[in-house]
Amino acid sequence: MKMKRNDIFRRFAAWFSGKENIDDCIEQQTDDAFLTQDGYEHHRRHEKLMRLLEERPEESLRSLEIRSFNKTYIVLSVLVCVVLAGVLLYAVSFMPRFGTADNPANNEVADKYLEDGLEDTGAVSAVAGMILDYRAFDTLGESFVLFTAVCCVMILLGREDGRVSEKCECYEGENDQILHRLVRVLVPATMLFGCYIILNGHLSPGGGFAGGAIIGAAMMLWCVTLGFRSTERFFNGRTFRVVTFAALTFYCVSKTYSFYTGANGIASVIPLGTPGAMLSSGLIMPLNVAVGMVVSCTMFGFFSLFMRSKI
Amino acid sequence: MDEAIRIFLLVMLIACAVSVSFTKKLLSAVVIFTSYSLIMAIVWVLLESPDLAVTEAAVGAGITGVLFFLTLKKINMIDSDTKENDEDEKK
Repeated sequence: MKMKRNDIFRRFAAWFSGKENIDDCIEQQTDDAFLTQDGYEHHRRHEKLMRLLEERPEESLRSLEIRSFNKTYIVLSVLVCVVLAGVLLYAVSFMPRFGTADNPANNEVADKYLEDGLEDTGAVSAVAGMILDYRAFDTLGESFVLFTAVCCVMILLGREDGRVSEKCECYEGENDQILHRLVRVLVPATMLFGCYIILNGHLSPGGGFAGGAIIGAAMMLWCVTLGFRSTERFFNGRTFRVVTFAALTFYCVSKTYSFYTGANGIASVIPLGTPGAMLSSGLIMPLNVAVGMVVSCTMFGFFSLFMRSKI
Repeated sequence: MDEAIRIFLLVMLIACAVSVSFTKKLLSAVVIFTSYSLIMAIVWVLLESPDLAVTEAAVGAGITGVLFFLTLKKINMIDSDTKENDEDEKK
């Protein structure tokens, strides 16, 4: 840094005194700078590098520089990690002990959800009642995050002309009979399991997100083994847009209705049904289906876009 | 017995998490990462949150694993190790 500043000063002085070839002037002066301490150190470092170069001629000056940079990088990254861990641990020491009864997290909200959840939402699974009834707005936001992500990927990677390069078809199982038979048995079962998880979301663990992810994974498996031609018959960009748009619109409209009735104290016309029955808990099951559709389409859409830049 | 299983699972969890970053082969790293998710799913069940367990198994072990494999396939990293070995043998 010091050397650089000196250089700038010299350059400025040379320019100020009206010399024409400033660079020559500076070179000459840096030769003189060997006499100073900085110049001497620089000279020694240069000599050391040259000696190393003579010992190992296959390595250039550049690689030596890279190696010293790597060493500094490792040391600095370890230092940053240790400091960060120390700061975070210090911050954690101010927090209340984990699992204590009078923690701020154990307030009346959780009690309300657990005590009145079955009565208010009609869902046997308290989690489903929470995320799709009390906190339905959060789930709507999550669905929109996924939708927006796919839209961005479509804008970035999608091809307008719809041209698909054959090379991008990253599947090898074209002629593998074992794989084909296996997938033809496995994928329908997996899809059925995903549908079960979505439709049973208000009765058992799981719900729209998990079920949608399972269905998306099943579709990916099918696509990887049997090629994109076989999935194009039932799933293309148009299907994706229609299904996602319909699911999100249904979610918005139905939740607007239930928020409106709930906020104004109007009795909702949607029956809650008997808790534990298949057709119960009001809007939770249709909303689960909507979320599942969005998630499965999103997962498959990501896969398809990354594999060949087209849904 | 229950406690022993818990401790074993947690130790395996840490072992998986550490070995992911120390694995040279990307394919093995993805497989270890997937097994990490599966162990985590069992831990969620033991912690009495089956909803999270289902989601972890579906997303962590299913979707993430498939996407990682496909990415490796796309950037031709699955076959590169075996190819290098073949070239070494030829030499």
